[in-house]
Amino acid sequence: MNNGIPLQYFLILASIMFFVGIYGFLTRRNLIGILMSVELILNSVNINFLAFNRYLYPDRLEGLFFSLFIIAVAAAEAAVAIAIIINIYRRFSTVNVEHVNEMRF
Amino acid sequence: MTTDFGYALLIPLIPLLMFLLLGLAGNQLKARLSGLLGTIGLGVVFVLSYYTAYKYFFATEKIAGAFSKITAFDMVWLRFSDSLHINMGILLDPISVMMLVVISTVSFMVHIYSLGYMKGEVGFERFYAFLSLFSFSMLGLVLANNIFQMYIFWELVGVSSFLLIGFYYQRPTAVLASKKAFIVTRFADLGFLIGILLLSFNTGTFDFSILCDPQGAAIATGSGAAFLGLSVMTWSLIFVFMGGAGKSAMFPLHIWLPDAMEGPTPVSALIHAATMVVAGVYLVARLFPVYIISAPDALVVVAYIGAFSSIFAAVIACTQTDIKRVLAYSTMSQIGLMMVGLGVSGYGGHEGLGYMASMFHLFTHAMFKALLFLGAGAIIHAVHSNHMTEMGGLRKYLPITHITFLIACLTIAGIPPFSAFFSKDEILVAAWHHDKLIFAVEYIVAGLTAFYMFRLYFNIFWGKETHYHHTPHEAPAVMTIPLIFLAFLSVFSGFIPFSKLVTTDGIPFEGHIDWSLALPSVFIGLVGIIIAMVMYKKETSLPDKVAATFKHGYKWAFNKFYMDEVYMFVTKKIIFAYISTPVAWFDRHIVDGSMNGISRLTNAFSFRIREFQSGQLQKYGFVFISGVLLLTFLMVYLWN
Repeated sequence: MNNGIPLQYFLILASIMFFVGIYGFLTRRNLIGILMSVELILNSVNINFLAFNRYLYPDRLEGLFFSLFIIAVAAAEAAVAIAIIINIYRRFSTVNVEHVNEMRF
Repeated sequence: MTTDFGYALLIPLIPLLMFLLLGLAGNQLKARLSGLLGTIGLGVVFVLSYYTAYKYFFATEKIAGAFSKITAFDMVWLRFSDSLHINMGILLDPISVMMLVVISTVSFMVHIYSLGYMKGEVGFERFYAFLSLFSFSMLGLVLANNIFQMYIFWELVGVSSFLLIGFYYQRPTAVLASKKAFIVTRFADLGFLIGILLLSFNTGTFDFSILCDPQGAAIATGSGAAFLGLSVMTWSLIFVFMGGAGKSAMFPLHIWLPDAMEGPTPVSALIHAATMVVAGVYLVARLFPVYIISAPDALVVVAYIGAFSSIFAAVIACTQTDIKRVLAYSTMSQIGLMMVGLGVSGYGGHEGLGYMASMFHLFTHAMFKALLFLGAGAIIHAVHSNHMTEMGGLRKYLPITHITFLIACLTIAGIPPFSAFFSKDEILVAAWHHDKLIFAVEYIVAGLTAFYMFRLYFNIFWGKETHYHHTPHEAPAVMTIPLIFLAFLSVFSGFIPFSKLVTTDGIPFEGHIDWSLALPSVFIGLVGIIIAMVMYKKETSLPDKVAATFKHGYKWAFNKFYMDEVYMFVTKKIIFAYISTPVAWFDRHIVDGSMNGISRLTNAFSFRIREFQSGQLQKYGFVFISGVLLLTFLMVYLWN
């Protein structure tokens, strides 16, 4: 089962995507940006699932199904998140998270 | 044993139902109607009690010549374990049947009387609800078939007494008096509870029929262990007697009884003269076989406390001017006499004369003392004052009250053929054969009793003509009929052959009057009456002269030997100052202080760390991810 690209490359790619996502999640101030970072994290996980499935257990399909589930959940999550963001925008006229701090002590 | 006494359950239940009805729905009913309902309920109880007495004494077969103890009803009420359970039951034996008659008679009379006396008072239906509660509790107390049930009802009578003393709750003195009565009797009941626990621990039973069986195992066991020279049984019975002394106003726990006169007069007649205050006597009588067989020392205590209380109260009664207080001290004195009767009694047959006489005196006393109180109520009703200094010459205005009051005074003075002559004489005979000192004390008390009762009588009905704002008038018929009925009982109940009905072992014996002792006691009674007549029949300066001669003694007696002050001193200056105050300080500063300190510390700490809650999701995310990373590194590098 060797088509040229070793498993490690996929894992490295997934790690990079994951940490780029984390970095974006922690540093972006724009809610849309944060949402995109979360999508990056989810996709890095998808890559991991698929890579492991393909390389370690090629005769099974669990990894594949999991990625499909994650894609579906991510789509739903994006819809909900954007709805929230639109509401926040209507209320505060901004999508900057630093200005949305009603939930403090 | 056939028990066709099942209906006896109704006797305490009817007043309970009346209490619930009047207590819950009383303010919806017309006041008059609720009073009538309560009275009718008690009337049914009255009929049932007399029927029970007839059936028990005359229509039930005796076993081996003795009245048997019949358990009419018994059920397990609280089950803790197989050996420890508290029952509710009904026990019929001579004394409980006799008490049924006493309570239902006096209570019924008081119910009728109150229809007139309490007419138009605010809270009329509340008064009747409380009266029903009291009747229920008192009937439950005397019918109890185990000591724990008795204790429960004992407390219930205490509560109803508290409620009724404080009936005029807008009056501060009534509130104080009700609190005093409750606290003093509660304190005494603590002794009762300790006594019950010791007694039942040693004998292994609560049940009277096992406990009081002279041949039973319960009495034989538990007499072994000793503490401070007295056996545990003696101690437990002394503690039980402490409860009885509190309820029956024996020295030194008597201080609540005079103050309890703040309650309405019918209440004083019912609770503080005829029924509740004799509960202590009843308690000792109920446990009499245990006292006589396993703890005769405790009976000596009973006799001496009774004798001391009776003379102590009689001396005070000679100086008081509030007519209800004179009667209250007289009650205390007479109960002391009943305690003496029990204390000097032996067991079985003629030996048990004191016991029989004590029960006899309880019966007659209930009748004539209720009569005296109801008469006093009629007088107060007419004159609107409690003080005999504001009365005089009332015989013209209140003829019926006058005659009945005179009968009651002659009765309590022990003049034949009135009832108390018989009962008091029997007690004196028993005391003579047992302890000459107690006999001497009671002999003097008999003279004092005659003196202070006739002092009261002459001051109220003779003496100087007092000018009244409006002419006093005789009470209405609902008030005089009970007076006449009770006067009738006071005159004739002495002829009841008590020695054939109520005895220590249930076996009747032949009673007779010992004239060699009866004549001197009649003589001293007459002497007391004559002295009172000389001093008080016409207005003279004699009483003041006598008071001046015994200046200090008079002052002491007038101030009730400063017992209230002694109590105030002991509680305020000693207990409050040296025990309660330090304990309160410890509680406020150490106990509360440590708890408050903990809360203050928590508060300060949380105030500091609340800034973490910034509302910035990304900060939370950062903390979370850092934590996860830290844990991951720990897992990876430290796990293996």
